[in-house]
Amino acid sequence: MANIITDETIDYVSILAKLELSPEEKEQAKRDMGRMLDYIDKLGELDTENVEAMSHVFPVNNVFREDVVSNSDIREELLSNAPAQKDGMFMVPRTFD
Amino acid sequence: MALLDMTATELAAAIKEGKTTAVDALNEVFERIEAKEDTYHCYVTIDKEGALKQAEAVQRQIESGELSGALAGVPVAIKDNMCIKGMLTTCSSKILGNFVPTYSAEAVINLQKAGAVIIGKTNMDEFAMGSTTETSAFGATKNPWNTDCVPGGSSGGSAAAIAAGECFYALGSDTGGSIRQPAAYCGIVGMKPTYGLVSRYGLIAYGSSLDQIGPMSQDVTDCAAILQTIASHDAKDSTSVSTQDTDYMSALEEDVKGLRIGIPKDYFGEGLDEDVKSAVLHASEILREKGAIVEEFNLSLVDYAIPTYYTIAAAEASSNLERFDGIKYGYRTKDFNGLHNMYKKTRSEGFGEEVKRRIMLGSFVLSSGYYDAYYLKALKVKALIKKAFDDAFSKYDIILGPVAPTTAPQLGSSLSDPIKMYLGDIYTIAVNLAGLPAISLPCGKDRNGLPIGLQLIGDCFTEKKLLRTAYTYEKARGAFGKAMEQTGKAAALPEKEGM
Repeated sequence: MANIITDETIDYVSILAKLELSPEEKEQAKRDMGRMLDYIDKLGELDTENVEAMSHVFPVNNVFREDVVSNSDIREELLSNAPAQKDGMFMVPRTFD
Repeated sequence: MALLDMTATELAAAIKEGKTTAVDALNEVFERIEAKEDTYHCYVTIDKEGALKQAEAVQRQIESGELSGALAGVPVAIKDNMCIKGMLTTCSSKILGNFVPTYSAEAVINLQKAGAVIIGKTNMDEFAMGSTTETSAFGATKNPWNTDCVPGGSSGGSAAAIAAGECFYALGSDTGGSIRQPAAYCGIVGMKPTYGLVSRYGLIAYGSSLDQIGPMSQDVTDCAAILQTIASHDAKDSTSVSTQDTDYMSALEEDVKGLRIGIPKDYFGEGLDEDVKSAVLHASEILREKGAIVEEFNLSLVDYAIPTYYTIAAAEASSNLERFDGIKYGYRTKDFNGLHNMYKKTRSEGFGEEVKRRIMLGSFVLSSGYYDAYYLKALKVKALIKKAFDDAFSKYDIILGPVAPTTAPQLGSSLSDPIKMYLGDIYTIAVNLAGLPAISLPCGKDRNGLPIGLQLIGDCFTEKKLLRTAYTYEKARGAFGKAMEQTGKAAALPEKEGM
């Protein structure tokens, strides 16, 4: 199944993953992902036709709480971690022209 | 007894009795750190000044009787993926290289309330992705038993710090074996509790359905005391469970009479080192002599756990790590052209190779057209694996086996072949998929003098039974010895054959 990993697949997945890979990294990623998927294909040996997918090991229900504010105003503390800030806000690159 | 020879609970008792103080204990730890840290590199951040202030405050509270718990006044190390307010928390990644949290993880707060003195943050594989602590952006940690070897991972800094006497106990996190495997490689005790027993609030997420914080310690008694302190229901973690019965220290009894122990035959097949095999089987004999009923059985599906795990963990990681975008905290690339280019360059420069590999794989298995074939398939196999454990626990109280197929590999020998490295997780990984508790404790040494780990696995929420079994074994085994006694004496390892 590794043959499904083409250059186009790697380009598409790097868009999804928001990663910019160098040509060497792309080749490496193609090899690594191909090998890994070949290995994961082992799961195809198992018949899971009537098995329900398990996302959580315990039967859990939605956990509800009242919609009340419990945190205090720590804007300055939070902003102190930001790579760039201006006028009490996160500063981001221009998004619209 | 020298302070550094004490376990965490022995030290707390000595402080309470006035034989020593939290400040004296901390100073001894810092002396050790100054002597050894350059060699082992267990820590990413050491907060000497803050720790001294904590020790002084805790000492006053112990003297006034305000604090009297089993860990009060004892210096602890925290894995660098748990947030501590005001202390650098990096996940051993460049992308969080300057991140200072505004809040603390619930497990850390629970320790602080019990009088813990936090020394600093320990090294780990970047974002807990790795089995050797070599994927850290800040350099590898070395195994105190032999500095040519890895300490294991991803909680390798925590394990090595305990083995080296650079702390009395530590917290780690375990997504696929990241507490148990480094504990085995470093000759200490490590426990992965049942999923949900310890709050994940403030733990920087890797694979959220698998991640669990747990104790790393010098012995089983300390392990019970730590678990008792950190286990709590937390409304801030919606997967946190409410358990009343958290008096784990009461489980420390030598009693395994009639306990049914199952040994999975499929854990003793190809790839298992002979020394590891015989040490683990010897441990099962000791438990049999103590009155346990020990039988072999077929667990089944063992070979499917690794592909299932890497699909699910990579999928969850790709989603969890989307938040690192260079906007709100952490690293941002210097030169960029527009928002999307900034995201891509920031992430490509900020994440290391193994993290990028898993984000790519995770993005692929979740992508349209492949979701059913890979991600959904893995969730179905996970259900089958859970069922295999349910069947086993209908017959047995405890499953006994090795932690890892080998002892600690040499530095630099693992990262070149990811799949080979992943295969080393074969005995630990299914436990996370099934949400089970498991403990790793030393059961012998191999021909090169490196520690071997015994793994005991229990059904969900049977931590007391696990601790009782581990305690009984530990008492029968006797003292294991410490890595620091061997420093400098351990002979150079011969080249190791492949796994």
